[in-house]
Amino acid sequence: MLVEQIMNRDVITLPPTASIEEALHLLKKHKIRHIPIVDEEKRVIGIVSDRDVRDASPSTILKEADRAVLKHEIHSIMSQPVVTVHPLDFVEEIARIFYEKEFAAVPVVQNEELVGIVTEKHMLKTFIQLTGTHVKSSQIEVKVPHRPGVLPHVATIISDHNVNIVSVLIYPYQDDPLYKVLVFRIETMNPTPIVRSIREAGYQLLWPNNIMEPRL
Amino acid sequence: MNEHVKFVFSDDFLTYHFHENHPFNQKRVLLTKQLLEAAGLLDESDIIPPRKATDEELSLFHDLDYIEAVKRAGKGKLSKEEGIVYGLGSEDTPMFPDMHEASSYLVGGTLTAVDAVLTGEASHALNLGGGLHHGFERQAAGFCIYNDGAVAIKYIRKKYDLRVLYVDTDAHHGDGVQWAFYDDPNVCTFSIHETGRYLFPGTGDIRERGVKEGHGYSFNLPIDAYTQDESFLRLYETAMREIVEYFKPDVILTQNGADAHTFDPLTHLCVTMKIYEQIPLIAHELAHEYCDGKWIATGGGGYDIWRVVPRAWAQIWSVMKQNKIMEGDLPQSWLDEWQKESPVPLPTTWHDGEEAFPDIPRKNEIEEKNDKLLETMLKFIHMSKSG
Repeated sequence: MLVEQIMNRDVITLPPTASIEEALHLLKKHKIRHIPIVDEEKRVIGIVSDRDVRDASPSTILKEADRAVLKHEIHSIMSQPVVTVHPLDFVEEIARIFYEKEFAAVPVVQNEELVGIVTEKHMLKTFIQLTGTHVKSSQIEVKVPHRPGVLPHVATIISDHNVNIVSVLIYPYQDDPLYKVLVFRIETMNPTPIVRSIREAGYQLLWPNNIMEPRL
Repeated sequence: MNEHVKFVFSDDFLTYHFHENHPFNQKRVLLTKQLLEAAGLLDESDIIPPRKATDEELSLFHDLDYIEAVKRAGKGKLSKEEGIVYGLGSEDTPMFPDMHEASSYLVGGTLTAVDAVLTGEASHALNLGGGLHHGFERQAAGFCIYNDGAVAIKYIRKKYDLRVLYVDTDAHHGDGVQWAFYDDPNVCTFSIHETGRYLFPGTGDIRERGVKEGHGYSFNLPIDAYTQDESFLRLYETAMREIVEYFKPDVILTQNGADAHTFDPLTHLCVTMKIYEQIPLIAHELAHEYCDGKWIATGGGGYDIWRVVPRAWAQIWSVMKQNKIMEGDLPQSWLDEWQKESPVPLPTTWHDGEEAFPDIPRKNEIEEKNDKLLETMLKFIHMSKSG
């Protein structure tokens, strides 16, 4: 999946000469947490987060606080240089940036111009779609040996029961390289015939699990 | 205390039949009726036949082209391809002869129950043929063609203009009804169910709370697999009392799926007959306290049709009729009648024996997690109150 498929194209930006007060206003008004700072050519020269702005703002507890700081120009508190991504970057790859750098948003830049922004929220939405709970379905988890042909074998058992597969994920099985866990969401309220067939084919079900066997 | 109550039934309910091996089997309704008759709790004068819901009534919730598709499916005139978009012809909701008529009787049954209560003919009414909460506007799902609960609530809103509390204790999320009234502040939905992480349909998260004017009028308690009686009842009773007090409904409609039981083959909750005694008692008490008694109950899921459903559903009627639950031995005549047909030994008492109380390895953690859910929900209710 590509960044251009999940990015937000309507980016709220500010010039470096804008005041901190303006940034505060925009963050509140649009309920956003990041504002890229761009120059006249739409080049990204910095980014401010709600936290940067909050840290710079006077405490509301102090009545005599110096409100003048709010008039300071935004470039005085912006972060730079900015890590940016390209519309054709892979979503799977930029997830690493979020994880490793602990950013919550990255601007998307093409030909040196700002064209979008991707936030943690977009990433999570994608993840939620991958795991498939947005479609009416039941989940089953199968422990399988890690060798060719297993996934189509299990998938065929499901399709033999005339049931749609909504999503498939393959996880490692604990630390054992010889096994994998296949997670299917299948479009049925009654997975019991499928569960029975998968068991009969010799696979172990992690869900429904063995604490309480379903009475088939 | 004998109240004026009505039991909706006719053999038409049994025509809602997908095929021999399908887990949804309306014989449960007949088994329950006969159990009640054998126990001396039900006679001819209590029974009213369901009417058949009209197309106009169905279209209070369902799209007309969906209704047309169901009609054609029942006449063998809907192709497999055409059926897909409507969810018709899937493993869960296969096509069967005259499925439109059969489904219309289930909806009509709930409308009959509604009219009995809201015209004042009865204080409570029970339609065990209904409770098909997974039906969507234009799609069949989860064994449900038409959604009698959603149609009935639209009907109550239109004809009687009352504020409705819908309570769903089926082990599956009451998604069809929830989404039907997600933006409606005059209809409050509350569903307690096994978490959708594994179980169908997947929705029913605690954060699903309604939208627009309806925000704050949808409640969900997605409890953990293997939850047992005590934890279920603690969450259910606390939440139910808080919600009723907060919403102050004019009428209560309960969906009484009986598939959370340890024996049920489709779910992983581990409750016993105990909750099926308490659920109607609580509904009954609150209906009298807040709604002048106005309480309509339907059936719902329930796939152990021999050992679980008849006893569980009979208790609803017992509570409606005599404000108490049945105890002791089941009537011998009922056991004699049905044991030969049942593939499993029938229970002989109204209460469950030991086999319904398995040891659950992570019981304490499950209960702690459930308690957290309740806490979150109560916070929502308190926020809504002060907001």
